[in-house]
Amino acid sequence: MSVLVLVEHDNATLKDATLAAVTAAGKLGEVHALVAGQGAQGVADEAAKIAGVTKVLLADDAAYGHQLAENVAPLVVELMSGYDAFVAPATANGKNIAPRVAALLDVMQISEVMGIEGDQFLRPTYAGNALATVTSSDAKKVLTVRGTAFAKADKTGGSASVEPVSGKGDQGLSSFVGAEIAQSERPELTSAKIIVSGGRALQNSENFHSLIEPLADKLGAGVGASRAAVDAGYVPNDYQVGQTGKIVAPEVYIAVGISGAIQHLAGMKDSKTIIAINKDEDAPIFQVADIGLVGDLFKIVPELTEKL
Amino acid sequence: MKVLVPVKRVIDYNVKPRVKADGTGVDLANVKMSMNPFDEIAVEEAIRLREKGAATEIIAVSIGEQKAQETLRTALAMGADRAILVVTDEMPEPLAVAKILKAIVDEEQPGLVILGKQAIDDDSNQVGQMLAALTGRPQGTFASKVEIDGDTVKVTREVDGGLETVSLKSPAIVTTDLRLNEPRYASLPNIMKAKSKPLAQKTAADYGVDVTPRLTVVKVEEPAKRQAGVKVADVDELIGKLKVLGVVE
Repeated sequence: MSVLVLVEHDNATLKDATLAAVTAAGKLGEVHALVAGQGAQGVADEAAKIAGVTKVLLADDAAYGHQLAENVAPLVVELMSGYDAFVAPATANGKNIAPRVAALLDVMQISEVMGIEGDQFLRPTYAGNALATVTSSDAKKVLTVRGTAFAKADKTGGSASVEPVSGKGDQGLSSFVGAEIAQSERPELTSAKIIVSGGRALQNSENFHSLIEPLADKLGAGVGASRAAVDAGYVPNDYQVGQTGKIVAPEVYIAVGISGAIQHLAGMKDSKTIIAINKDEDAPIFQVADIGLVGDLFKIVPELTEKL
Repeated sequence: MKVLVPVKRVIDYNVKPRVKADGTGVDLANVKMSMNPFDEIAVEEAIRLREKGAATEIIAVSIGEQKAQETLRTALAMGADRAILVVTDEMPEPLAVAKILKAIVDEEQPGLVILGKQAIDDDSNQVGQMLAALTGRPQGTFASKVEIDGDTVKVTREVDGGLETVSLKSPAIVTTDLRLNEPRYASLPNIMKAKSKPLAQKTAADYGVDVTPRLTVVKVEEPAKRQAGVKVADVDELIGKLKVLGVVE
């Protein structure tokens, strides 16, 4: 089987979500990678070095600069005549493009794949409360894969060729207006080894920044938040960890003042070690935490930050 | 401008789903069902567009069992003008749903379709994008802001790391994210009024769509449960544990 993987990137660098998708795709067959972008030669060169990738297709065109689904999907559909499966990372971008590709191919997509065994795919439903194992009768497969569920392919070791490809370009349906992407020195949530997350118990934005961020910086950690903290306006919504936010699985997840609503647990319960700090000893977060500390976060967090 | 709003009847978001003992699915018998929360946001957005004068008629559509009629009545009570129920024995997969919706779009020619970004039961996150593909329309997925400006729709999207704004040529497909709006509750008089609003009944066959599933569910399981760990007494003990984990030196 031959598999085309959609590379996640911002035209400058290749994103780690790609690496898990390559691993997942490798379970299906030979892996080629597609870089659709503008001025993205550097990304293609990075993709060519990923262990397990045997060829990189580079579609470099202004129409693909912002990876608009309306323009990228027809490109992928044309390329798919030579492939048996299309795999995209389950990122905002992958989730935007893959179903458009699937429908054009008349294929039922398998979303957020967490495991592949032979012809069986494991995927979460009901916010991760029910895991379904499915098989597909479609001749070609279209999948999005959950980055936290697969090991990252090695960024070095491969020596694939980079081949330019072109598609139909701009479909004239949509255009990019602008973006507000938060700039941060901290590691990205979906690839961070350690995450410190704050909840509503922090009471306001000032406390969130003055307590959570110094602790995270001491640990070299990414910063996350519960939906309650985001809805209360303490931090922007891209901090949100949970079923409706980001799905994370770091080595260590430190939940500060987070009660542990089902929707939050669905986003972080695959973390290797969960540490909870909460003043309510009956909070549901302690039922999933490996290490719990009951107490006042306004005393504990500064003390912890200072002693580290 | 007509606005089409597909809505799905799903397990209420406050109910913890239980996997059936025989592993065939989730037990939905005697479980509270409601409108998919993302679809509620879609209905609300359509109503706000009508209140601003950008929309003239709101048509709610639901596909599924007969009881989905209740979900449509909720949409009508919130403010939709009329409803279409497409009755099917089993809940069709997203691809078949998109095909049925495409047929309805062809018939109704809405200037805008707003749907939830995903249903909280199967969590597929596909129908909006698939409908956009099948109708050849642009898609504004995961919207946190929608502005109609003449024959374009400006959609601010929630993407990884922040927000992105795209301009779409009408007619467009928009899928809602959580922060687009806060849906209103239907008032009692509106719930009463909704009972007499028109609701058309159709079948998938009426639209010539084959709803045979492409995926076969082999089994459904509960995820492995995490065991509660240990409690530490103070910060020093916590730091000791962090050292064991190799997080701090």
